Amino acid sequence: MSAKKQLSVSAIRNGTVIDHIPATSLFNVISILNLEDIDSQITFGTNLESKKFGKKAIIKVSEVFFSDKDINKIALVAPQAKLSIIRDYEVMEKHSITIPDSISGIVKCVNPQCITNHENVPTRFAVVSKHPVKLKCHYCEKITDEKHLVML
Amino acid sequence: MSSLQNKSLVSINDYTPEELIQILDIAESFEKKMPAGLLEDKVISTLFYEPSTRTRLSFESAVNRLGGHIVGFSEAANSSVTKGETLKDTVLTVSNYSDLIVIRHPVEGSARYASEIAPVPVVNAGDGANQHPTQTLLDLYSIRKTQGTLDGLNIFMVGDLKYGRTVHSLLIALSEFNTTFNFISPEELRVPEGYKLILEKKGLKYYEHTDFTEIISRADIVYMTRVQRERFSDPLEYEKVKNIYILRKSMLENTKENMRILHPLPRVNEIDTSVDSSPKAYYFQQALNGVYVRQAIIASILGLV
Ligand SMILES: [Zn+2]
Repeated sequence: MSAKKQLSVSAIRNGTVIDHIPATSLFNVISILNLEDIDSQITFGTNLESKKFGKKAIIKVSEVFFSDKDINKIALVAPQAKLSIIRDYEVMEKHSITIPDSISGIVKCVNPQCITNHENVPTRFAVVSKHPVKLKCHYCEKITDEKHLVML
Repeated sequence: MSSLQNKSLVSINDYTPEELIQILDIAESFEKKMPAGLLEDKVISTLFYEPSTRTRLSFESAVNRLGGHIVGFSEAANSSVTKGETLKDTVLTVSNYSDLIVIRHPVEGSARYASEIAPVPVVNAGDGANQHPTQTLLDLYSIRKTQGTLDGLNIFMVGDLKYGRTVHSLLIALSEFNTTFNFISPEELRVPEGYKLILEKKGLKYYEHTDFTEIISRADIVYMTRVQRERFSDPLEYEKVKNIYILRKSMLENTKENMRILHPLPRVNEIDTSVDSSPKAYYFQQALNGVYVRQAIIASILGLV
């Protein structure tokens, strides 16, 4: 099994592996981590079989180690994701992901009447519930819930 | 030095219960003896992006009676806003001319945003369906003044409890004072779950009803709001309930001596004019209280009390 996986997404020497991303969230994760602005080698695999949730995606980024703050941002779209730090082909650390207490500039406010949807004002939310995710807008004070999460 | 100095008032949640009381106490002292000239060398700007004549006149009267000066506009149509100026640019410009900004804007969160970019403090005079904290403070003032206390009262809220901004803010503010709530509304316009959860968390009692004729005798305060036809998905539903949420003089017969009727105004027909002559009708005095409360807020923020 694991040999087969190695074939579909090649191993990295040093860097970060983010596994167990729901396949539908792959592009959200890419944009949240700003991977398009990273120069180092990145491999993606998607629509891989997963016992847990049908199709999953995996991202391997060489020579990059994300801060906890960055990693926790992806909790909104891939709360089950697992993170491994790789050094010399060995998994050195494994992290699970926790949703932070506040979110800035990743999610759109659900309220069309909100100032953040009218003027160039970055969004800010307090996380009032983590399971399920409920975000309270710092500006209009309305709740954006999991069903209405739209990434900016 | 007051803890409120230089602190914008955007949402009723910005003030602690102690700070709410502090404002009420200052307003009370202003009502007894108004310190004419207190705002003599102060300029207050009023940016009204949508018409709200009563709120604007109340603020302007509050400032004028303390000898302060007003600059601003009452309709965005007549200002540079129509030429496409952003809220940010307007706020930054106006900050140069004034010591404090009062803003009313239909976009929700606009006052919070203004308070973050303006170098001078900002008072929210209503941001869409979101917040209108000076209304809430004048409601609290009216309740305390008529009941002698804010603690342990039985508050009846009647009408549109789903969309009513004033109802929600007042509910939050009163939840700090051991209040018992009776919510009287059509099924479609009940208090949103989130607010009930807050009351439950604080261990407060609340009861929901669809009619109040039988129970009004228990009320200390009856806070009336309008039930609007547009709020109903089924017009027939509106026709069925429209007369239930109208307060008539005959309903006041067995009410408590101390009971008072409040309404954020303007009223349409939800309080029958026959009620106006009752000593329990308090909605016009309530509006006057808004002047003292707004004076107290401005004076506290400018560090003058
Ligand atoms: Zn918002």
